Amino acid sequence: MSELLSIDGLNVEYHVEGRVLSAVANVSLSIGKGETLGLVGESGCGKSTLGRAVLQLRPPTSGKVRFDNIELTTLDGEAMRLMRRRLQLIFQDPIASLNPRRCVGDIIAEPLIIAGVKDKAEREKRVREVMLAVGLDPDNAMGRLPHEFSGGQCQRISIARALILEPEFVVCDEPVSALDVSIRAQILNLLEEMKRRYGLTLLFIAHDLAVVKAVSDRIAVMYLGRLCEVAPTARIFAKPAHPYTALLLEAIPVPDPTVRPASNLATGEPPSPLDPPSGCRFRTRCPRADKTCADLVPELRAVAPGQFVACHHPLTEG
Amino acid sequence: MATRPLLSIEGVGVTLPTPRGPLVAVDKVDLTLEAGCTLGIVGESGCGKTMLSRAVLQLLPKRARLSGRVTFDGRDLARLPAEELRRLRGPELAVVFQDPMTSLNPVLTIGTQLVETLQAHLGLDTAAASRRAAELLAEVGIPAPDQRLRQYPHQLSGGMRQRVAIAIALSCEPKLLIADEPTTALDVTVQAQILDLLAREQRRRRMAMILITHDLGVVAGRTDEVAVMYAGRVVERAPTPQLFTNMRMPYTAALLAAIPKLDSPPHTALPAIAGRPPDATRPMPGCSFAPRCKYADGRCQDAKPPLVDPEQAGALYACWHPLGRGP
Repeated sequence: MSELLSIDGLNVEYHVEGRVLSAVANVSLSIGKGETLGLVGESGCGKSTLGRAVLQLRPPTSGKVRFDNIELTTLDGEAMRLMRRRLQLIFQDPIASLNPRRCVGDIIAEPLIIAGVKDKAEREKRVREVMLAVGLDPDNAMGRLPHEFSGGQCQRISIARALILEPEFVVCDEPVSALDVSIRAQILNLLEEMKRRYGLTLLFIAHDLAVVKAVSDRIAVMYLGRLCEVAPTARIFAKPAHPYTALLLEAIPVPDPTVRPASNLATGEPPSPLDPPSGCRFRTRCPRADKTCADLVPELRAVAPGQFVACHHPLTEG
Repeated sequence: MATRPLLSIEGVGVTLPTPRGPLVAVDKVDLTLEAGCTLGIVGESGCGKTMLSRAVLQLLPKRARLSGRVTFDGRDLARLPAEELRRLRGPELAVVFQDPMTSLNPVLTIGTQLVETLQAHLGLDTAAASRRAAELLAEVGIPAPDQRLRQYPHQLSGGMRQRVAIAIALSCEPKLLIADEPTTALDVTVQAQILDLLAREQRRRRMAMILITHDLGVVAGRTDEVAVMYAGRVVERAPTPQLFTNMRMPYTAALLAAIPKLDSPPHTALPAIAGRPPDATRPMPGCSFAPRCKYADGRCQDAKPPLVDPEQAGALYACWHPLGRGP
């Protein structure tokens, strides 16, 4: 698989009350063409910031982002604007991300206008095509306002808007977290179908490992701004190497009463990203932590083909 | 005399006026809960699960119309004078809401809110109430409780705030705790901790609990009985193990199938439920799930299936074409 996106030593820092908050710390990742990379972590772990930094919506403090061999961090405004046609974003809250005063047809057509498609008939033709692709009835839906649609339908509108320019790479930032279970499956299946149809490469961000599993080829796990583990999806579920990955897996509620819920598995909560622990950021909650973990930041290293872990005491070795 | 259930909900309906006509949020629901038992109420947004719990707590919006009867510990709650209801909520009937940021008062310290509850309901003096408040925080797993008592809700994480809300709910040793999506706003590792805490305290105090959630995974290991709601009605109700081994109502089965499985390979297409829940201001003559159900036929469109247990298996379902035959 040829590489489409590569992130190298990416840092994103915010300044909060005179202090530096390191939201994304030294993250390196690559995504192959046609691949879906799932990015998982709990609130505040920096997964959304990473997604935005990749798209240069939140300029990184340092590090490189290369897309199709073009360095995005040094592009000027105009060049980046043109590049955005190839990079799109789908947000978590489908209702808040749509302008409530504009009709659905106009919302979906907006990227075409920005991209300079002047022919109105051409625009309408493409809006109709993409609406049909995401399962919306153009004749019925085009003239209506977002509030007339349910959450799931609004997410279809958001997806149509993101796909109308036929981008190559889409960041999906918790696209199903706000949806009900029955609707969530519809949208996950739709994203899979759209990926095949448009040949997309996806960065799929979520806090729920089970949801990410349904769509991802590989999964990256983040904790307090750092990558803990990157591995092929099947591998991460079968043999997680990082204790935090294992914790996330055990915490998923299983819809089977014969499975006893794991208890006392997680102690404490993630510390404030303003004041992260020294060394390994997970060490304050980790049953395996020792002095090395406090002193040394673990680097990402290979423990199996394609499986990388940043841990001094991983659960699986070589 | 047969033992009388702690809570009995009989033919309860909740109707809300809207510009588009009356919205039937809860439609003739019957449920009972024995003392010390746990009931899970599962359903998607808008299915009426929260309105039903508000009906039990007598905390419905002012314009809502309640029908039917809610009996708690032998008392008809709808007929209870406001003063008696006030005395009931807290010592006997407590609630934990979804969002601990909005259920705690942002301008009062944690200590003030706990002490206030203890003084109002248990008549403790300030010193005793303060001591008890610190004990309660320790019981719900909050480290350094004496310091936490002096803090405000915004100084605590979401998980810690929910622990405080649970401490307040448990402070007067209620007979029934209603937990309305208590972990939906929390991260998954914290969710597991809070569910463990609720289960532990429920057993320790032999309190009855209603756990309201949209996630079948949450109720699976943690309730005695489950009621599944759809479009304002209970559509299936069974002891938890039985519900999962022998689902009768196609909606429940579809809901379970739509949850991504941990042991299925990546990129497995999920069996999604087509369509979406019906408009509650447009009541249907037949089964509300019929438009989305692959087994639906003419009968399902025309007549509403009653919630029954024809095989006397101890499990109720509302469906003309139930899944699986026999127990």
